[in-house]
Amino acid sequence: MIHFVLLLSRQGKVRLTKWYSPYSQKERTKVIHELSGLILARAPKLCNFVEWRGYKVVYRRYASLYFCMCIDADDNELEILEIIHHFVEILDRYFGSVCELDLIFNFHKAYYVLDEILIAGELQESSKKTVARLITAQLVETALMFNL
Amino acid sequence: MEQLKTIGRELAMGSQGGAWAGQSKEFLDLVKSIGEARSKAEEDRIILLEIETLRRRIAEPDVPRRRMKDYIIRLVYAEMLGHDASFGYIHAVKMTHDDSLALKRTGYLAVTLFLSDDHDLIILIINTIQKDLRSDNYLIVCAALTAACKLINEETIPAVLPQVVDLLAHPKEAVRKKAVMALHRFYQRSPSSVSHLISNFRKKLCDNDPGVMGASLYPLFDFITEDVNSYKDLVTSFVSVLKQVAERKLPKTYDYHQMPAPFIQIKLLKILALLGSGDKQTSGHIYNVLSDIFRKCETSSNIGNAVLYECICCVSSIYPNAKLMDSAIEATSKFLKSDSHNLKYMGIDSLGRLIKINPDIAEEHQLAVIDCLEDPDDTLKRKTFELLYKMTKSSNVEVIVDRMIDYMISINDNHYKTEIASRCVALAEQFAPSNQWFIQTMNKVFEHAGDLVNVRVAHNLMRLISEGFGEDDEGADSQLRSSAVDSYLRILGEPKLPSLFLQVICWVLGEYGTADGKYAVSYIIGKLCDVTEAHLCNDTVKAYAISAIMKICAFEIAAGRKVEMLPECQSFIDELSASHSTDLQQRAYELQALLSLDSQAVGSVLPLDASCEDIEVDKELSFLNNFVQQSIEMGANPYLPESEQLGMSGVSNFRSPYQQEASSHTLRFEAYELPKPSSIPVIPQASVLTQTRDLVPVPGTTYYRENNLGSKLPTGPEASSADVGIKLRLDGVQKKWGKPTYSSSSSGATSAEKTTNGIGAHQDGIRSQSRDTVYDSRRQQPEVSAEKQRLAASLFSSSASKTEKKPTSGQRMPKGSDANAEKSSVARSVSPGNSEVKTAAPDLLDFGEPVPISAPTIDPFKELEGLIGPAQAVIDNSITTSGVQAPDLMATLYMDTPPSGSRSSSSGLVSEGVYSTDKGSHTAKPTPAVKKGPNLQDALGKDATVRQVGVTPTGNNPNLFRDLLG
Repeated sequence: MIHFVLLLSRQGKVRLTKWYSPYSQKERTKVIHELSGLILARAPKLCNFVEWRGYKVVYRRYASLYFCMCIDADDNELEILEIIHHFVEILDRYFGSVCELDLIFNFHKAYYVLDEILIAGELQESSKKTVARLITAQLVETALMFNL
Repeated sequence: MEQLKTIGRELAMGSQGGAWAGQSKEFLDLVKSIGEARSKAEEDRIILLEIETLRRRIAEPDVPRRRMKDYIIRLVYAEMLGHDASFGYIHAVKMTHDDSLALKRTGYLAVTLFLSDDHDLIILIINTIQKDLRSDNYLIVCAALTAACKLINEETIPAVLPQVVDLLAHPKEAVRKKAVMALHRFYQRSPSSVSHLISNFRKKLCDNDPGVMGASLYPLFDFITEDVNSYKDLVTSFVSVLKQVAERKLPKTYDYHQMPAPFIQIKLLKILALLGSGDKQTSGHIYNVLSDIFRKCETSSNIGNAVLYECICCVSSIYPNAKLMDSAIEATSKFLKSDSHNLKYMGIDSLGRLIKINPDIAEEHQLAVIDCLEDPDDTLKRKTFELLYKMTKSSNVEVIVDRMIDYMISINDNHYKTEIASRCVALAEQFAPSNQWFIQTMNKVFEHAGDLVNVRVAHNLMRLISEGFGEDDEGADSQLRSSAVDSYLRILGEPKLPSLFLQVICWVLGEYGTADGKYAVSYIIGKLCDVTEAHLCNDTVKAYAISAIMKICAFEIAAGRKVEMLPECQSFIDELSASHSTDLQQRAYELQALLSLDSQAVGSVLPLDASCEDIEVDKELSFLNNFVQQSIEMGANPYLPESEQLGMSGVSNFRSPYQQEASSHTLRFEAYELPKPSSIPVIPQASVLTQTRDLVPVPGTTYYRENNLGSKLPTGPEASSADVGIKLRLDGVQKKWGKPTYSSSSSGATSAEKTTNGIGAHQDGIRSQSRDTVYDSRRQQPEVSAEKQRLAASLFSSSASKTEKKPTSGQRMPKGSDANAEKSSVARSVSPGNSEVKTAAPDLLDFGEPVPISAPTIDPFKELEGLIGPAQAVIDNSITTSGVQAPDLMATLYMDTPPSGSRSSSSGLVSEGVYSTDKGSHTAKPTPAVKKGPNLQDALGKDATVRQVGVTPTGNNPNLFRDLLG
């Protein structure tokens, strides 16, 4: 199971956090601090996995953004790596050549996208088209509301 | 009219890739200023200011709904950056009540991000969720289900459960899927709440929609983990689903990087691994499909390797099959030979799984394993240690544990330090070749990770030293003890020692410090006093120290010699007599009392080397019966066991014998007494004894026992666990230790480093060549047990000195002053008698300086592009070709809904949907490659929007505009 999702910039700034397991605000700050120290310092050729407090954190860098997911010790790391990529590809279709600024200014939309991909810490939909169809439906609905 | 205009602008902005539509200027300014903040302090200041503003504004009456939405999003932002925005939670809750989907979703999003599942405000949302689950609008139902996954806790599950179950039959597949996932979450929260729904999940496995089927695998996986046997009947279904997935019978949209529904495959493989575990018949059903997948897996893509890895896990879990093992081994060796660190990591993990079935396969890969061990990447190194841990035998334990300890010393991560320390201890206990090695290893572990290891470990060590191992070889035992004393006296010179280690040292010095007569009594006592001064120690260590002093004094007195109190010892005793800790006080007074007794009394109180003697304990305290009888006759209240005092049972198990005894002869004359604070009844056994000691003369043995117990374990309540649970696992071990083995010196590790420094320079040149020779030489000797020794030899070989040392170290004490000289000479010239393996040795290991594999740093995104290109093509294909032709039953079930039709109609209705016309290259443009990479049109559009809202990326973060995938 995925315990949390973190998006960090290369400078260690938080771009998005989603917690599927309970962490207090204080723990969250500590986790982010620890992990940004651990992950941002790693050289590009190394493993995309870090063992951390008995869990594993899988991360992948896109441009200046690090996508990190924390998983259990017995989960499949390569699969999680692809879940991250799946998420990024869908973001890319949603925003159109997604860049970090899109996520900064539209972080709540990124959350909506994430909510369609992961639920309760598990991958809920692996078809990009299904996700896209749902998000479009939501957008249409929201747009209609402003017309009224 | 004005409103329409704003909508028009928004929609226009939406068409620019949905960029930044609908946000207020203030929000954009906030984000911008945060982006430009140069320090965390500045960022905090901005956010705090923002929070103040919001606190004021949000409380104003009649805030327009859309403005409120903006506030809430700003609050989410503040909270994301680690600040407290709890004052706004209630407004987010209110927003969930809104009728419009946009606001409701914002509200739900905010509450799921803000509230944990035990927050007080949740109760206010339950009603809304219930209402929304019944909504006609499936999007609202979806939003409510997503929120329910996060917010519903064990108590509130019953409030929504019936509705969620009803939704399993909802016409929209998205709703069914989310309902399944929500129930899965409920199961995790409280298994009993949904356990009656198992049949529903089984039904969902046959859902028309692959997404729902995929979702149903999660709860089924959990159920099967709990109870494998009830689901054996599903094996054939799982296998047939997996087969159809692998044969591409699912709609193309589930393809990912040309793999058919890989995420579903992985989940199915996990389930089959569980079902087939140790079950020959079930495994028989699985073999075929597994070998199919092995054959079909695309090893060039990451996702293909992910599936492959899952296959290996499955093979290693189910009943072994030779053909599949071969495939798994082949895949593993591909992983290990790969250049990618990720794949090497997976390879090491796979190897760890496969050697459980066939330990021999590690042999072929030992060089790859050693490379991984030497890798500068910590993650890979740790994984390799995990593998080594799994393949440790008595023949290679020394090398492996030495390496582990070296690594343990070099890291700061306490969590991992604890783990690796406990692994060292476990290996040492299980495989130690000699007791001396064991003690030296333990010393190292304690010295460097003492405060992190379990207390049990310390007790095991003390037990080992006191009990010895040779049943009848008293001489060896005492030699071990005196060598332990020697090493501890030496170690005490170190500046900083963990308190647990100090406890062990004090205890051993107290028991055996003067046993061989090598050290003077005053010297040992002086050292013990120093311990408490030189090291910042806690009461426990002081207690150990004073008890040790007491024992030494007692041995002296019993032997008829006079003990002279050193001044520093006297001041130590005085200090403890005035201590705040009653335990320390008591020990100090006991010591003083002991000094005045005659030799015979002292001898029976603290007999020499009696720590292993069995002590008979009168658990019934029958010697108190007279006293109790008298007291009762004089009108005292009879004793009530705690369980009756509190009106409950099972307060503490270890006293249950007398509870029963006492209750049998007491009357329950009061139904209920006022409950007492629980701290009163929990009196440790030791202190019960202490109290009674004043009243009745206690036989000497009991007194000693209490004393001994206390000195071993001053923390009262743990006493019982110490007596019961902490047996060193000596049954299997003793035989191993009985063998004649050499005793290695503790300086082995350091010598290893030295050697390689000398050798490192000319390594690379002959590396590959010498590997081949090593490999060949190994092949020539096919005995099974030799394989580990060879690995050990290869591990050893870096420290050729160590192999060399083997025969000699037995004769020489580790203290030998010429040891270093000899080692270095060995390091410089490999002695002529060495075998082929030894010559190759230096190339296998580079302890000192890890040689990085020379590779130009490649931009990882370049690689990424390659990955994305083809995938995109697939997606586009799937969209243009509507309707998938597949002849099978499954295909008709999973028939794709005509995609292009619905898509074009939706984008026709609202031209600014996400995939609006210019973005609609999916459907319109025939060349998918154009879409990827920096799209000029997009970039220009975005740039224009940026200017419009006044945000310019500063030099602080120049990468902001780079496409994530480009």
